Amino acid sequence: MSLFYDARIRAFLYQTIAIGAVVFVAWMMFSTASANLAKQDIATGFGFLARQAGFVITETAIAYEPTDTFGRAILVGIANTVKVSALAVFFGTILGVLVGIGRLSHNPVLSRLMLAYVEALRNVPLLLYLLLWYSLIISVFPPVKQAIEMLPGVFLSNSGLVMPAMRWASGLEALVIALVVGTVAAVVVTRVLTRRRIATGKEMPVATIAAFAILLPLTLTLLSADISVSLDVPELGRFRLTGGYHVRPEFVALLIGLTLSASANVAEIVRAGIQAVSKGQWEAATALGLPRSRTLKLVILPQALRIIVPPLTNTYLTVFKNSSLAIAIGYPDLVMVSNTIMNQTGQAIEAIAIFMAVYLGLSILISLVMNWYNARVALRER
Amino acid sequence: MKKRILQLCATAAGIAVGLTAFTASAATTLETVKARGKLICGVSMSTPGFATADAKGHMQGFDVDVCRAVASAVFGDPEKVDFVLTNINTRFQALQSGEIDMLSRQTTHTFSREVSLGLDFGPTVFYDGQGLMVPKSLGVNSAKELTDAAICTLPGTTTAQNLSDFFRSIGGKFELVVFESPDENRNAFFSGRCEAISSDRSDLASIRAVANNPDDYVVLPETISKEPLAPSVRQNDSNWRDIVSWSVWMLMAAEERGITQANVDEMAKSQDPEIQRMLGVSEELGKMLNLDNKWGYNIVKGVGNYGEVFERNLGTKTALGLTRGPNTRWSEGGLLYAPPFR
Repeated sequence: MSLFYDARIRAFLYQTIAIGAVVFVAWMMFSTASANLAKQDIATGFGFLARQAGFVITETAIAYEPTDTFGRAILVGIANTVKVSALAVFFGTILGVLVGIGRLSHNPVLSRLMLAYVEALRNVPLLLYLLLWYSLIISVFPPVKQAIEMLPGVFLSNSGLVMPAMRWASGLEALVIALVVGTVAAVVVTRVLTRRRIATGKEMPVATIAAFAILLPLTLTLLSADISVSLDVPELGRFRLTGGYHVRPEFVALLIGLTLSASANVAEIVRAGIQAVSKGQWEAATALGLPRSRTLKLVILPQALRIIVPPLTNTYLTVFKNSSLAIAIGYPDLVMVSNTIMNQTGQAIEAIAIFMAVYLGLSILISLVMNWYNARVALRER
Repeated sequence: MKKRILQLCATAAGIAVGLTAFTASAATTLETVKARGKLICGVSMSTPGFATADAKGHMQGFDVDVCRAVASAVFGDPEKVDFVLTNINTRFQALQSGEIDMLSRQTTHTFSREVSLGLDFGPTVFYDGQGLMVPKSLGVNSAKELTDAAICTLPGTTTAQNLSDFFRSIGGKFELVVFESPDENRNAFFSGRCEAISSDRSDLASIRAVANNPDDYVVLPETISKEPLAPSVRQNDSNWRDIVSWSVWMLMAAEERGITQANVDEMAKSQDPEIQRMLGVSEELGKMLNLDNKWGYNIVKGVGNYGEVFERNLGTKTALGLTRGPNTRWSEGGLLYAPPFR
């Protein structure tokens, strides 16, 4: 009995009971579900992933044919989800930082305008914006037959933007490897030289050396490897522009919607972060004679970043999860592909389990990366 | 702390008991429906001709009338039915989970659905096929000319897969644009995002009916798939399946025998033995289904015969303007053939 009064043992006991209860409930649900499914003769298991998918996915970030498997189709969905969320996070962050700084401008027109921007985007559900952007794109731009030719070979219509594409017959891999090698070399060289400059005070032409480090492997590859590439220029067929690279309106509408909503959230986080840096920092920098723009860049933003990063993680996770609204405007993301699979195989539980696991896994990955970055920019207390 | 854990355990036990109870419930669908006092029927979301609500919120349509026929058979009253609007992706789950008693929702009867989804299909109520609709201005006369075109569809096994198969068979490619909501799908087509829209021919008629100017659109002659639309019920409830199946066949047989909503009272006096059996005048067919013996009379009195249901919802005088096509009596070259009532 005295053991029970030991706080540590008691805590351990409680936690074991709690975990046990959770596991028990999960097991109950799982076994009841499988028993019920078996009783109703509903197929279960993940065997369907290896069967032929047989449906077309129009927008594919990785190669896919209808003869590929359901598993491959899910990968295409994941790639599409990652593509649109990554781009939205990238553009949303840049736009958001600019808007957030604009909010704090001394110019009343600019700051009010930015306020209006933020409020308009934050206070209306994203789904409505997606439908709005999509309807605008498909009703404002002309049909494909009257496509606007903006530059030779670049067409804009309500079926999206079509432009010439490079078709690599061979040599693409070699070039990519050369570029990666060159970039790594350039980063290493820059670091070494910077450290040397700090240690010895000797100036070296860092930029030139870095550029050389990138260009040298590329040039060598271009000269030595067998590279053949052709330009695929879109042509107006009977209905569509065929060939070239297509940026489809579904993708654009989703990207615009996610980017704008992310930028509004990022703007508020940036504004709050900047305002949280104490006024004394501004005054000290001004006293040292730094102009406002440099004060912001060198003194305020590095400190604000510590406050900004944790809520920013949240925003990025939201963007990633919101990308599932793609289904409303016909962009084939993970959820849409899973839905089609669900409909073809009837195995809803498995399909939903897969997309939940993928969202969970990728969300945790985003959190890990952001936590790592947060640890880097956090104040190092000595 | 202790209290919270006790609560947690209690909840867990509660859930466990609940789940076990759910597993153990074994009342037949008919018993459940009778105890509830009304039928719950899954139908489409706003599809003119098949299932739509009129200005007063009263559900109307071909699929709706199939539900009403079953409600009439069970309760003698076509209004004793609640409609659940089912999404294309969750329709089977709604049936499997017991949320609805039957699904009457433009659903194609296929092998894999019947075998792996825990369903039983009733008789085909509408012989359909997947078609393609294009604007007249496109100047296309055949689906085979549509290589490289963009085609809008709803997500669904048969639709997207048939298109893929069709274009693979003619060696062409196409751009598939899939929308979750029927409204977005229509809008994308009407605003020219897609050259063509593909769905079951009956559904195309329904889409055409809501266009600003229906005459601007034409359904291409090819039927690229067989789509026998049939109601479905949960597997392993033979009695309930019989009720749904024979209610549908009652609609067809009534048309064959010339029994209509208007003359059913008169026909009940007929000397024809099959009509007598159908309308419950002689023998006990209804009792054998665990229903009122007047079940057949109630169906025809409630919704009319197959022809009346068709003409009221889909026929040439409606906005959909469909002709009977294959959905006519076998004796007139159609595919409707009800087994004998004896």
